[in-house]
Amino acid sequence: MPPESQGIHLAVALDGAGWHPAAWREPGAAAATELLRGRYWVDLVREAQAGLLDFVTIEDAFALQSSHWDAPDDRTDQVRGRLDAALIAARVAPVTEHIGLVPTVTTTHTEPFHVSKSLATLDYAGTGRAGWRVQVGGRGGEAALFGRRVLPRVVSPDLADPATLKLVAELFDEAADHVEAVRRLWDSWEDDAEIRDAATGRFVDRDKLHYIDFSGPQFSVRGPSITQRPPQGQPPVVALAHATVAYEFAAKSADVVLVTPHGEDSIAPILAEISTLRAATERAEDPLLVFADLVVFLDENEAGAVARKSQLDAAAGAEYVSDAQIFAGTSHDLADLLAAWSAAGLDGFRLRPAAIPHDLNSITRDLVPLLQERGLFRTEYQHDTLRGQLGLSRPANRYAAA
Amino acid sequence: MTKPRKQIHLAAHFPGVNNTTVWSDPRSGSHIEFESFRRFARIAEDAKFDFLFLAEGLRLREQSGLIYDLDVVGRPDTFTVLAALAAVTDRLGLAGTINSTFNEPYEVARQFASLDHLSEGRAAWNVVTSWDAFTGENFRRGGYLPQDQRYERARAFLHAAQELFDSWQGDEIVGDKRTGQFLSGPRPGRFEVHDKFFDISGQFNVPRSPQGRPVILQAGDSDEGREFAAAEADAIFSRYGTLAEGQAFYSDVKDRMAKYGRARDQLVVLPAATFVLGDTDEEAKELANVVRHQQVSGQTAIKLLEQLWNRDLSAYDPDGPLPEIDPDTGEHTIARGRASVRMNRDPIAVAKQWRELAEANGYSIRELIIHVTGRQNFIGSPATVADSINDLVQQDAADGYILVPHITPDGLSEFAQKVVPLLQEKGVFRTDYSGTTLRDHLGLEPLKERTGVQV
Repeated sequence: MPPESQGIHLAVALDGAGWHPAAWREPGAAAATELLRGRYWVDLVREAQAGLLDFVTIEDAFALQSSHWDAPDDRTDQVRGRLDAALIAARVAPVTEHIGLVPTVTTTHTEPFHVSKSLATLDYAGTGRAGWRVQVGGRGGEAALFGRRVLPRVVSPDLADPATLKLVAELFDEAADHVEAVRRLWDSWEDDAEIRDAATGRFVDRDKLHYIDFSGPQFSVRGPSITQRPPQGQPPVVALAHATVAYEFAAKSADVVLVTPHGEDSIAPILAEISTLRAATERAEDPLLVFADLVVFLDENEAGAVARKSQLDAAAGAEYVSDAQIFAGTSHDLADLLAAWSAAGLDGFRLRPAAIPHDLNSITRDLVPLLQERGLFRTEYQHDTLRGQLGLSRPANRYAAA
Repeated sequence: MTKPRKQIHLAAHFPGVNNTTVWSDPRSGSHIEFESFRRFARIAEDAKFDFLFLAEGLRLREQSGLIYDLDVVGRPDTFTVLAALAAVTDRLGLAGTINSTFNEPYEVARQFASLDHLSEGRAAWNVVTSWDAFTGENFRRGGYLPQDQRYERARAFLHAAQELFDSWQGDEIVGDKRTGQFLSGPRPGRFEVHDKFFDISGQFNVPRSPQGRPVILQAGDSDEGREFAAAEADAIFSRYGTLAEGQAFYSDVKDRMAKYGRARDQLVVLPAATFVLGDTDEEAKELANVVRHQQVSGQTAIKLLEQLWNRDLSAYDPDGPLPEIDPDTGEHTIARGRASVRMNRDPIAVAKQWRELAEANGYSIRELIIHVTGRQNFIGSPATVADSINDLVQQDAADGYILVPHITPDGLSEFAQKVVPLLQEKGVFRTDYSGTTLRDHLGLEPLKERTGVQV
């Protein structure tokens, strides 16, 4: 095993029965109602853990799934309905041991105070394995579910539309504030604040509890947190980003950024842009890992993988498209691609299995051994925490006296 | 003619941040590590308890402008712990307090429906309201809800959540792989709520959960709180542990149910109860006295006295007499974020009572506080405690108890090992779970299938 820095990091993105809208119809797919059961998620995460993956992400959103970007559809042929991702992660935490658990939690409609204690508690339940995939919720329909604010209606998801860009920029600004408030709350207890000093009768040393006094246009938070500093100090913050406005957010707020290069040539410009943006932030000295997202259809030969995709497309009635590059081929070819993209400067990959369990199992049982043979992937877990897995040190507390 | 014997319900409360917990005891474990919660839950489930209960904190308490440091401080997030406990238990109900002021119905409904799925039908929600600007400083809404709107908003919140829970009927997911039909029809989960407090609409995205909705718990003691429970709740907590007070509360809340068309057994009355066990009653009494002194140190006695007096009393000697000055009846400023403070509606009268009690018995401040606050409900040998609990339940002072041990997490195991078997021998407590959901354990009828047209 080479030093970890030379290896790649690998995560999988879990969502329903997989990322293809017809994945639930595959013969091996779980029955529809299983998607709502704890044991389904435990099995998936254990499979990912058996493959020694760094972490799983769990998709989420407040709105019901829809094939339309900003409106409900009337489709009855795709998976609809889901469970809260942070609670799925909590349900999985006590019965897994090593793998990172990174639920998607929206910043747009949630309370930083609640999010902070929820993720801190997940970090306790998973003894240092929690992370947070930050997501903004710009759909007008989501705002109506909360009834607390009206988001400007935009006509297109295209950032070239000035109205869209303006809204998205505002949502990311709020997300940055949200992450900042949550990070402060995580630090609002120093690690040794709990003293249980029977001699003086004090349970905590209140000088080691800190008001955070965050104030922004959308909210202010006084603090301190109700929950102690999480085991990792700062659970890793993960952000998916496709464009400059989101790269800016990730540069400012994240520890891992998920990007969507299409082709090897597009990697270098993305890395350069993120690197420049990061250098201009207060977190310039902290590592920011860059992972590429890929949707994967895997099979024993390329023709088989392409055929699987075609069959799923036919079942769905439309060719599957994605924000991320789609890979249909063998695990061997995927290992080649990951090796090449890793050499181009990426730290890791988040693979989105097109169909579960087929493509998830192909990742853990076929791809991982191939990467191990090449010395590109760990052969055992070497760290107790997600930060450790990612090569991130445990950060000092911003409020602790140096 | 004899009445059939009632079956007792038992729940276990992992104590929060007050002076119940004797944290200085070497047996007292962590209040944040998940392992403490896992052990507590396992003890409760092995003893076939109905449910485990967790309270919630949204702001660290302060007294005289400083974070209160004499009790346990800090706790984990309620939902997250309950979902994690679903992984390490199979039957135990999982109940949590979630505030209706600093949350939104859509998000809370989503979390409870998810918890109910992930626990296969074991979720329960203790609906509480808060209205103070102090707690609000941690939240988007900030602000202050006038006291007269507390229950009105809580009811509106609960009704909104129920609209969401009921927005899926339970038969929408077909999942026919061959035909490709996932849903029975388009647009499941549609809902609309437009009232004084909420203006929300859309599609709920969590399909109907095993219990339909979480079991609803209520803890309010005011007239509005009791009415709310009689109309809406499946179980109500109380602080009336004695026979006379318990019976009065019991009949009062159950009498209120008929006008809502509800049967009396569909609201389970569960006073909170602490306990101290000994090999003999005498030994237990001695031990209880020791525990009370541990719970109320001299420092704690002064702090608790300040909460009634609403003044800085730090100059007073806890082993000396009560202050001669009267409580400050102005705006309560000494202690913030502490629910019990608000119970003292007439501090001058209570102070007078306490002074008379202290004079009559020669109590110091500390002895007085030990006497007037939180004496244990059940003190005695296991046989004595089992008899007391059973007598109180059979005489309709309660339907069961929520037990709060003073040592966490293992303080519950003594009760589980010594008292529960005696109750089982009497035939008044289950020897195994007969159902799978918390509704089953509590003897609640299944929810009526929702009929009528969706919005």
